[in-house]
Amino acid sequence: MKKKLLSAILCAAMLASVLAGCGGNGGSGSSTGGDANAPAADEGEANAGDDASSPSDAGDDAEASSDGKESSGGDASYAILVKSAGNPYNKKMIEGFQEVMDAQGATCVVKEPEEASAEAQIKMINELVAQGISSIAIAGNDADALQPALEEAMNQGIKVCCMDSAVNADSRQLFVNQAGIEIIGETLMEAVYDITGGEGQWAILSATSQATNQNAWIDAMKQVMEDEKYAGLELVEVAYGDDEYQKSVDQTQALLTNYPDLKVICAPTTVGIMAAAKVLQDESSSVKLTGLGLPSEMADYIGADDTHSCPYMYLWNPIDIGRLTAYVSLALVDGSITGASGETFTAGDLGEYTISEAADGGTEVVLGPPFAFTPDNIEEWKNVY
Amino acid sequence: MATKSGRVISAEKPFRWKQALLKWEVFLVIIFIAVNIMNACISPYYMSVNGLFTATSSFLEKSFIVLPMAYVLLLGEIDISVGATVALSACMLGISFNAGMPMGAAVLICLLTGSLCGALNGLILTKFQELAPMIVTLGTQILFRGIAEILLTDQATGGFTKVAWFKNLYWGKVGPVPIMFLIFAVCAAVFGVIMHCTTFGRRMYAIGSNPLAAKYSGIHVQKIRFIIYTITGTFSAVTAIFLASGMGSARSNIASGYELEAISMAVLGGILTDGGKGNFPGAILAIFILGFLRYGLGLVNVASQLMMVIIGLLLIVVVMVPNLNLGRIFKKKETKA
Repeated sequence: MKKKLLSAILCAAMLASVLAGCGGNGGSGSSTGGDANAPAADEGEANAGDDASSPSDAGDDAEASSDGKESSGGDASYAILVKSAGNPYNKKMIEGFQEVMDAQGATCVVKEPEEASAEAQIKMINELVAQGISSIAIAGNDADALQPALEEAMNQGIKVCCMDSAVNADSRQLFVNQAGIEIIGETLMEAVYDITGGEGQWAILSATSQATNQNAWIDAMKQVMEDEKYAGLELVEVAYGDDEYQKSVDQTQALLTNYPDLKVICAPTTVGIMAAAKVLQDESSSVKLTGLGLPSEMADYIGADDTHSCPYMYLWNPIDIGRLTAYVSLALVDGSITGASGETFTAGDLGEYTISEAADGGTEVVLGPPFAFTPDNIEEWKNVY
Repeated sequence: MATKSGRVISAEKPFRWKQALLKWEVFLVIIFIAVNIMNACISPYYMSVNGLFTATSSFLEKSFIVLPMAYVLLLGEIDISVGATVALSACMLGISFNAGMPMGAAVLICLLTGSLCGALNGLILTKFQELAPMIVTLGTQILFRGIAEILLTDQATGGFTKVAWFKNLYWGKVGPVPIMFLIFAVCAAVFGVIMHCTTFGRRMYAIGSNPLAAKYSGIHVQKIRFIIYTITGTFSAVTAIFLASGMGSARSNIASGYELEAISMAVLGGILTDGGKGNFPGAILAIFILGFLRYGLGLVNVASQLMMVIIGLLLIVVVMVPNLNLGRIFKKKETKA
């Protein structure tokens, strides 16, 4: 009876010490646990062995702690909080952010929520506040829902900026905008004009009908089109592929069937442009394609001859967004900017930037015009992102 | 206690040290301590009163669902519509607030919406007793979420931060203690007392162990089921209130997956899904174990994918342990020795 009791306690003690001990610097806890129970250690260990749970648990926790050590400590530390884990575009932003921080010798904390929700991001913001972080750069999953959490963080003296996907004007000090809405509209319109030769039918293949950024770009294109120069162009339809591959394929085929005279499809979404490119190229259609796409996904479809469906397309560089965000974070923390309109700062080799008023009432810096991917440079970019 | 023939005739179980120590709650306390020691070791920021109380904010809002969920599981049933109920209640809160109602009234409408959702579950399940709770609540889950999406489409409804007292529900503190923590403590105490110290509680255990026997001993099984499903809805709405307070806005897609988190916390707390077994303190402990574990790992910025693996493993291991039959293992060792 006594022995049973003893072994039960031992079993518990082992589990506790294993869990505690794997904290790396908590090594002392593990060894004292072992010593104190030395007389009956044989039995205790046998029991712990039977219970297959403790070793596996220990392994994971050990990994966890070693991960953590890299990023704790240091005076100023800069966090980047993206939309969700497993998003290649987000990964590239993180890469750029880390690159600048490493070069500056600054501590960089990367947070990727397991799901793209505001709840998950709030939890992570609270964790960052508890760590005494200096700045948070966030790509918001919800423009408004993060406001209380980010306001709380700013009240604690933490600098907050956002990139790629803005949070509302009250929740941030500065927005790092990948590209101005007007400039995207102008660039894409110019591309359509160039590819059609100035006249003919063209269509837009968008994501969902409610996507804020898509609609802003489409509106910008329509505005540009009012100019005399584009009088020969006829926008026949805005189709919505909902950023689903199959639906985008179906919508492209519908466009081809409904408008036999169609000359160009413009798809300002990475999913849509890839689906359309595949359809056009497979059917050897004479319809050409342009828009916003990822070079790695579009490399097979970009070419100047008739066997390729896309002569050229655009996108901003997520690595540069990450870089610029890093410089903004650094400048906010060292006090050289406060996020007010009119301030200027230097972002390393990206050059000089000026903070301007954003459409939502806050302030922003615009990374620059979208980058063109042509048959000449696609080979070099397709391995980058 | 035992007579000479070796038979035990007593309603009171004899107190045994070994059994007391092998009890699930003791096991959970050990894990809880272990988690805290581990967290304190891996992060210098962990052991601070302020930090720990703030940490509770990030999981307590969904823990309000765990309280009634423990009851539902105790009955041997399940309610997977709670996440959708949260979303619908939060949407109703936002819509009524933005329609110009005072916040107090909006909160009441939110609670009413949740209660109605729960009552609908209860009504269907008590009127059509042959239906499985899993299927019915799966249906209402889709139904509630659908209504929320119709009401708000993909827009957010917000502006709650303008009402200071409402914002303070989530963000406010009394000294270092968050207001939400105090409210949760009161609710948890009430739920615990009802479960363990009242006839209602004993009846729940009876129904969970054997619904038929409970019915023939004069317990109004269906009435109790209806009440519990309704309370589950009400407390989903309580979660909705705190969530809306925390985010200052509401959307139709919030609180997805909350049902599974609530169920896993209750199960980790030792409340068996078969019904009739489990203690309330275990469920509360489990809430804090999972919450603090997540917080601690989050403090040292463990990648969220790895965190999911760790928590998944912990759940499997912890639920496996009682089935390993520790008692038998000890007996074997003893005969060997």
